[in-house]
Amino acid sequence: MNTRNAMPAKRARRRRVPAALLAPAVIGLVFLVLPLLGLLARTPWTELPARLAEPEMLAALRLSLLTASMTTVLSLCFGVPIAWLLARGEFPGRSVLRALVTVPLVLPPVVGGVALLLVFGRNGIIGSWLYERFDVTIPFSTTAVVLAMTFVSMPFLIVSVEGALRGADIRFEEAAATLGAGRWTVFTHVTLPMVAPGVLAGAVLCWARALGEFGATITFAGNFPGRTQTMPLAVYLALQTDLEAAIVLSLILLAVSVIVLASLRDRWTAAP
Amino acid sequence: MRAKGILAAAAAFVSLAACGTGGAEAGSDGTVTVLAAASLTEAFTEIGSQFETEHEGVTVEFNFAASSDLAAQITEGAPADVFASADESNMDKVVAAGAAAAPDTFARNQLVIAVPAGNPEGVTGLADLAGLDFAACAEEVPCGAAAQTALQDAGLAPVTYEADVKSTLQKLLLGEVDAALVYRTDAIAAEGEVDAVDFPESAATVNAYPIAALEDAPNPDLAAEFAAYVLADDAQAILRAAGFQAP
Repeated sequence: MNTRNAMPAKRARRRRVPAALLAPAVIGLVFLVLPLLGLLARTPWTELPARLAEPEMLAALRLSLLTASMTTVLSLCFGVPIAWLLARGEFPGRSVLRALVTVPLVLPPVVGGVALLLVFGRNGIIGSWLYERFDVTIPFSTTAVVLAMTFVSMPFLIVSVEGALRGADIRFEEAAATLGAGRWTVFTHVTLPMVAPGVLAGAVLCWARALGEFGATITFAGNFPGRTQTMPLAVYLALQTDLEAAIVLSLILLAVSVIVLASLRDRWTAAP
Repeated sequence: MRAKGILAAAAAFVSLAACGTGGAEAGSDGTVTVLAAASLTEAFTEIGSQFETEHEGVTVEFNFAASSDLAAQITEGAPADVFASADESNMDKVVAAGAAAAPDTFARNQLVIAVPAGNPEGVTGLADLAGLDFAACAEEVPCGAAAQTALQDAGLAPVTYEADVKSTLQKLLLGEVDAALVYRTDAIAAEGEVDAVDFPESAATVNAYPIAALEDAPNPDLAAEFAAYVLADDAQAILRAAGFQAP
């Protein structure tokens, strides 16, 4: 296990986990990890190097990392203000708005994809205008992949940041305001640093969800190698012909995401 | 009209997505679980209800999905009674895994170019697709394997390689593409909203549809009965009306 977490025996004893928590935690962990072991057991390891060298696989992986990261940036730009509005705003219909924000969490992603087509498609509410005015079509483009991912993933960030904002002590913000700080300064210098862990957790969730996004992407953005074929789409299509290939591709996606998340976490938690 | 089409496409897609999860539990209480290719949705639903009226107390449960998905489910041990595939290679996989013994071909299907009703772009053949946005199935699924050969010879590429034939057609119904390479049966199912344009190159890539009762069928008698029923005249008439060709 992680040596960083090893602590002196005395502290360990004081921090011992109660059995009532440990038992369900272990059962839950086994449940979460077993499917991964199932994948590992079926992995044809000898095929791995050949798969890693495939240009189509690399294109899909690159596209996945790129679009998931763009999604996270977009979600931060728009999601944090939404979270602030939900947590601090005083206006009628706030609970309705909060429920609406979580709609993409409940909606089956393929339906989300159809909904996006109805708005941004060639005949869509906004899409038809874009098409006629500027000859721009969004579906079947990398932009569509990012839109689909953002639609599905941003709620994770919003919920996480809103939770952090509600947990944060509002008196610090009030104190800063009485000392003459403007609202924007309060937000950037007091609120944001206070909820940074929540924002980070939300961003990680959002990125991970975007990386695994399948249903909305294949419906709204279609599937074209190098342009809209992300790793989950490549995995799904590989599954049509070759289970082993699909497993190898999934493991590559898993490994890359775990490496990225673990290294990010270390960098952030190492900071004082 | 257009809005209706969009709604219908959306509804079809939702129901298709819902099918993926249900319908795998079969008991001996007169339920026969049939895993069938997505392109069989309309015809088999009709055949199923006819089978139910002719066999009292029997329920036919369908799971329509891409043949390759279904083949994977079967070889991984999902309980089912009958498998109807849209191509021979997926049936071969199931046979090779020992999950089915002797499949029979019950229908054939050919690709057409589906265009919006009235054919606004005036498509008459494969060559007219150059410069248009069109959708086709991915090479990994049966309808795509057939399309790929024809497209490669013509030097054409679609804007999207869809995961199954229904979502390929859906892109056309939603107006996102000008044409779609789908089976004749799918074009007929969407009659009124799309026209089918035949192209001679598709003759080289006619799909054969095999059906087989599965070895581990929870309900082996009904499984054999349903497979035989699909090969008999009544069901064949339904298949022909849906646009399938004789086996």
